[in-house]
Amino acid sequence: MEWLQQLVNGISLGSIYALIALGYTMVYGIIKLINFAHGDVFMLGAFIGFYAIARWDLGFFPALIIAMLLCAIIGVIIERVAYKRLRNATRIAALITAIGVSLLIENTVIYFRGASPEAYPEVLSNKSISIFGANISSQSIMILGVTIVLMILLQFIVHKTKIGKAMRAVSHDPDAARLMGINVDNTISATFAIGSALAGAAGVIFGVYYTRIDPLMGVLPGLKAFVAAVLGGIGSIPGAMVGGLVLGVVETVVSALGYSLWRDAAAFVILILILILKPSGIFGKNTREKV
Amino acid sequence: MKKSKVFWGLCLLAIIFYAVVQVMISGGILDMYYQSILIQMCINIMLAVSLHIIIGITGQFSIGHAGFMAVGAYFSAIATMKLGLPFPVAILIGAIVAALAGLLVGIPSLRLKGDYLAIATLGFAEIIRIIFLNVDYVGGAAGMVITNLSNWTYAFMGVFVTILVIANFTNSRHGRGCISIREDEIAADAMGINTTYYKVVAFTIGSFFAGVAGAIYAHNFFIIQPTTFGFLKSFDILIYVVLGGLGSLSGSVIAAIFLTVVSAYLSGYPEERMIIYSLVLIIVMLYRPTGLLGTKEITSLFKFGKRGGSKV
Repeated sequence: MEWLQQLVNGISLGSIYALIALGYTMVYGIIKLINFAHGDVFMLGAFIGFYAIARWDLGFFPALIIAMLLCAIIGVIIERVAYKRLRNATRIAALITAIGVSLLIENTVIYFRGASPEAYPEVLSNKSISIFGANISSQSIMILGVTIVLMILLQFIVHKTKIGKAMRAVSHDPDAARLMGINVDNTISATFAIGSALAGAAGVIFGVYYTRIDPLMGVLPGLKAFVAAVLGGIGSIPGAMVGGLVLGVVETVVSALGYSLWRDAAAFVILILILILKPSGIFGKNTREKV
Repeated sequence: MKKSKVFWGLCLLAIIFYAVVQVMISGGILDMYYQSILIQMCINIMLAVSLHIIIGITGQFSIGHAGFMAVGAYFSAIATMKLGLPFPVAILIGAIVAALAGLLVGIPSLRLKGDYLAIATLGFAEIIRIIFLNVDYVGGAAGMVITNLSNWTYAFMGVFVTILVIANFTNSRHGRGCISIREDEIAADAMGINTTYYKVVAFTIGSFFAGVAGAIYAHNFFIIQPTTFGFLKSFDILIYVVLGGLGSLSGSVIAAIFLTVVSAYLSGYPEERMIIYSLVLIIVMLYRPTGLLGTKEITSLFKFGKRGGSKV
């Protein structure tokens, strides 16, 4: 039952992509900005979790919560300092600022602690459970559980709370939302906070699962999470989840078939195919361009 | 008549500049270190100007320029090292293959707009890099060993031809078509401009000269590796164009020269260099989103009340 095992590996990887992709898709949905720094918030989350576990001897869950809180704050700072002024700027200016913020975070981290990788301490007991002949580690089940809980929480926030309602309203039409008395700036900040908290959680989970983190680890998962967001239909929250899972499974299958060096290319081939064939993604809505 | 006088005057100036530097090199005033900075500068100018025609003139946001540079570098290296062809022929081969790659990438992806196009070009550049990483014929991840053939003459010729072609293209009928796409694609379409055609043409020309730059780059160092052509390289090129001013050829040239010198002086402090780079990028975008020169040219600063003439 090796296939079942690969599938579980793929879903574990995919759930990490999905958590990052949620932040991308929410931010893009609300201010139409590809937040390139999102992958670096993920990296910061992994490092905050690492220091919480290794230096302060905290358990997995306290570390996860600290990483999520600090990442939420970092996300809001990034939004307030760098992106807020660019609300009415051209798309190119916003995108280049995002690239600048991403480079700044990476290199500041490298400046303060060097580029050397760090080995994540083992915080979750790692037993193998045999299901239908496949060896599935208790870690990946735990990770999957945490991811599912976070996604349910997100669905609850977006659909059942007042701030979630405001977020949906702003992403639909910011001007009309402002006329209805919604504080657009605070709503955008809240979106960044939630998205960054999810990225921080993804960082800690990534560290625990893959045990190796370094300051440039956020670049490639960040890009791939963006691919996942596009695949699911950017702006759509269920789309980001499905896109992340599909991408994780595809990558694992490509590796399992013996093409592990081509793994990174698979994500970009998917991206280009989806952009050419169905740019609105799986769950996206077709929008007509207005003149 | 006046325009062509300016044009030939600037050509003459360029040739005099070339001759002076060449004399200084043969006279031993400029040692190897300065020569290599000069060649690096020329490569960066070529890359900046070739991206300028895509982003600055046509307004198509491509962040995968290093991919085409990689194609030029690898194919010219194959031509010299594996097939034993002379260097100028190799440059041409690298450039033509890069242009074909640009055509191949451009036709499907230029239907996309804005952010999607940016991500698609980034994806294509990564795919190109991963292909080179996996082909053992060109050395895979270990890279390809290459003899040093680039010198000041080749580098200068490359810059001269690049700027000549792109400046003249900009001032031609085709260039105006491209500028109209940048200003308003729907309006340009309505005026009967074949937008897809001009976008693909600009993309192909840009890729061609990125290929030239890649060929000279490959033969300047002794080894090329796929990791060199990652998206950090693409961002570097993007920074030249953006800082110089989107739409300003002289701006991107000046930014390329300036940043090459700065990074040569800061080469001992790579982290600080990148922090300064990124801070400058953010601050320029926040306070002067058009870049240093905007869409103006340096020559137009000296001519008040007239439109900027042709430049070389």
